[in-house]
Amino acid sequence: MNILVCVKQVPDTEEIKIDPITGSLIREGVAAILNPLDACALEAAVRLKEAYGGKVTVLSMGPPQAKEALKQCVAVGADEAVLITDRAFKDADTLATSYALSMTAKQLGEFDVIVCGKHTLDGETGQVGPQIAEHMDWSQVTHVMDMKVEEGKLVAVREMEDGREVVEATLPCVASVTKASYTPRYPTIKSKLAAGKKEILTLSADEIKNLDKERIGMSGSRTKVAKSFSAPTGQAGMVIQEETGEATGRKLARILHEAKLV
Amino acid sequence: MDKSLYKNIWVYVETTEDGIAKVSLELLSEARKIADAAAEKLVAVLVGSDLDAAVETVCDSGVDEVIVVDAKTYQTYSTDAYTFVFAQLCKKYKPSVLFMGATDNGKDFAPRLACRLNTGAIADTTELYYNPETKDVEWTKPAFGGNLMATIVCDETRPQIGTIRRGVFKIMPAEKKQDVVITQEDIATPQEMIRTLVKEVIAEKATKDIKIEDAEVIVAIGRGVKEQEQTAMFAELAEMLGGALAVTRPLVDKEWYTAKCQIGQSGKMVSPKLYIGCGISGAVQHTAGMCSSDVIVAINTDASAPIFGVADYAVVGDMFEVVPALIDELKKIRQ
Ligand SMILES: Cc1cc2nc3c(=O)[nH]c(=O)nc-3n(C[C@H](O)[C@H](O)[C@H](O)COP(=O)(O)OP(=O)(O)OC[C@H]3O[C@@H](n4cnc5c(N)ncnc54)[C@H](O)[C@@H]3O)c2cc1C
Ligand SMILES: Nc1ncnc2c1ncn2[C@@H]1O[C@H](COP(=O)(O)O)[C@@H](O)[C@H]1O
Repeated sequence: MNILVCVKQVPDTEEIKIDPITGSLIREGVAAILNPLDACALEAAVRLKEAYGGKVTVLSMGPPQAKEALKQCVAVGADEAVLITDRAFKDADTLATSYALSMTAKQLGEFDVIVCGKHTLDGETGQVGPQIAEHMDWSQVTHVMDMKVEEGKLVAVREMEDGREVVEATLPCVASVTKASYTPRYPTIKSKLAAGKKEILTLSADEIKNLDKERIGMSGSRTKVAKSFSAPTGQAGMVIQEETGEATGRKLARILHEAKLV
Repeated sequence: MDKSLYKNIWVYVETTEDGIAKVSLELLSEARKIADAAAEKLVAVLVGSDLDAAVETVCDSGVDEVIVVDAKTYQTYSTDAYTFVFAQLCKKYKPSVLFMGATDNGKDFAPRLACRLNTGAIADTTELYYNPETKDVEWTKPAFGGNLMATIVCDETRPQIGTIRRGVFKIMPAEKKQDVVITQEDIATPQEMIRTLVKEVIAEKATKDIKIEDAEVIVAIGRGVKEQEQTAMFAELAEMLGGALAVTRPLVDKEWYTAKCQIGQSGKMVSPKLYIGCGISGAVQHTAGMCSSDVIVAINTDASAPIFGVADYAVVGDMFEVVPALIDELKKIRQ
C-alpha cells in the first residue's frame, strides 16, 4: 500500500497566552509541535503499512521549521517526508491548503490512502481532509478509529456521537482519524538519530506541476479572518460567602429557590 | 462572482430515526433572525426518506419555504449522495447562506460541498451576526484550543457555508408563517457515484440519563473532586434538580466519565437554564462550552478562581460542606 499522511506543525495551545491588552496571541516562546491528531494519523498509516506492506510518506505545508515535525514522523515510521514551503502558500484557508496538498499528492505518486488528522489544534476545522478528497475526486471517511483493507476496499470504523459505524469505502480514499485507538508510538534513540539525518524533500510552489497560483495562499482562500479576540470573560456576579460552608450552602438554596431556579 | 444573484438563508434540517436533530431546530430559530435582518427568506432543506412528519414540524417553526428531497437513496447518509444533492440544489436556487449543524454528518459533507462549489466553509461556529453593510454573515468560532475567538467571513463567494455547534442557540417559539411553500425536488444520485456503504451501525447502549446538551439543569464537577466516591453527592444534587451531571476534561482523562459528559472546547457546548459548577477553576476551554448558560453558579474555595468571572452567583466555600447543606436545605424547602 502506498500511503500519504498529511501533517501540520502547530503552536502548543497548552502554552499559549493571550496579550491582555491587545487580545492577540503571544507566539514568542511557544513551542511548535506536531499536531497531536496528525501523530495519530501517522500511527494509523504505519499500522496499515505493517499489515499490508508498502510505504508511508508524510507531507506538510508550512514554514521551513516544519521540517522538525516531519523528522519526528520519520522517527516513528514514515519512510519519506515532503515539505511544501513558499511565501505564496501563506494565509491559506482550508480550500487553498487542500488544493496545494492534493496537487502535491498527485505529483508524488499513486497513493491508495491519504490519512489526515480529525482536526488541527490551531485552526480546528477538520475541513482539510474532506476537501483533499474532493480535489482528488476520491471517497472519504471521517472520524476513523480503526481501519483495514478487505477485498480491495477500505473498511473503517467511525466513532460517532452516539455509537459507531462500520463503513466500506472504495480505494483510493481519504481517511481522517480520531485519537481513540491510535496512540502514537515512541521513537527509539536509534530511530531519532536516523530521522535527524533523513533528507526531507522540499518543494516550492514553482516545483509543483500544474499548480494554479490563483488557487493557493490568500488568493485561493474563500474565507478570511476578519478579527480575533480573547474569549470573553463576563461581569462578576453576586458573591455568596458565609461564616461556614454549611451556612453558605443553606443560603445558596434559599437564593436559588427565591429566584425560582430550583 | 455577483453576490447579489444569491438570495435566501438555508438551513439543512437533519433528520435521524428519532426525528429532527435538535441543533437543526436551534439553527432555524437563529437563522430566522438573520433572514429578517437580511430581508430574505428562511428556507429549510430536508434530505432523507419518509420525511412527511419532519416537514410538518419544520413548517411550524417559522420558515418561509421548505425544500424536500425524499428518496430511499437518502435514508442512510453518504458523503457522496448528500454532497451531490446539495450541489444540485445550490446551483439551481443560489442560496446566500447554508447553515448546518456541526454534527458527524454535517461536518463530513459541508467542507466537501464548499470545495465543489468553490466557496468558503466555516466550521464549528458558536456565534453568528449578519452585517447589514457588507451583507456577509460573520461567523465566530473558538480557535487555538479556545484561547482565542476568531470571526470569519466568506466575503467574495456564495453560498456561505458553515456548521454551527449544538447547544449554542436556543429554540424560540416561532410564529407559523401563512402559506409555507413546500417544494419537492426529485434528485437522483447515480448509484455508481456513491463510493461508501454503511455496513453496520453499532448504537451506544441506550441510557436513561439525560444528555448534557439537552439538560435544563447541569451540575458540573471538576478536579476539586479528588476521589471517585466523592462524586455521589453531586449526582444526587443533579438528580434532585432533574438535571444531568457533567464534568471538566481532567475527570474524563481519569476515565471516571466518558467524553459525552465533558463540557467545553473539546467536549459539548451546553446552555442550560441553570449551571452549577463545583470545584472547577474556569479554564477558557471549559467556559467556552458553558458561558451561554442562563444562570451560572460556581462553588470554589479560591475566591480568585477565573470561573467567578462568568458566574452570576460566586459561591466561595468548600463544596464538600456547601453542597450537602444545599441539598438538605432544598429538601426542607420542598416539604
Ligand atoms: C486543546 C485543549 C482543549 C481542552 N478542552 C477542554 C474541554 O473541552 N473541557 C474542559 O473542561 N477542559 C478542557 N481542557 C482543559 C482545561 O484547560 C483545564 O485544564 C480544565 O478545564 C481544568 O479542569 P478543572 O477546573 O476541573 O481543574 P482545575 O483547574 O484543577 O481546578 C480545580 C478547582 O477546584 C477548586 N477546588 C479544589 N477543592 C475544592 C473544594 N473542596 N471545594 C471547592 N472548590 C475546590 C480549586 O480551587 C480549583 O479552582 C482543554 C485543554 C486543552 C489544551
Ligand atoms: N498545512 C498543512 N499541511 C499538511 N496537512 C495539513 C495542513 N493543514 C491541515 N492538514 C491536515 O488536515 C487535517 C485537518 O486540518 P484542519 O482542517 O485544519 O482541522 C490535519 O489534521 C492534517 O492532517
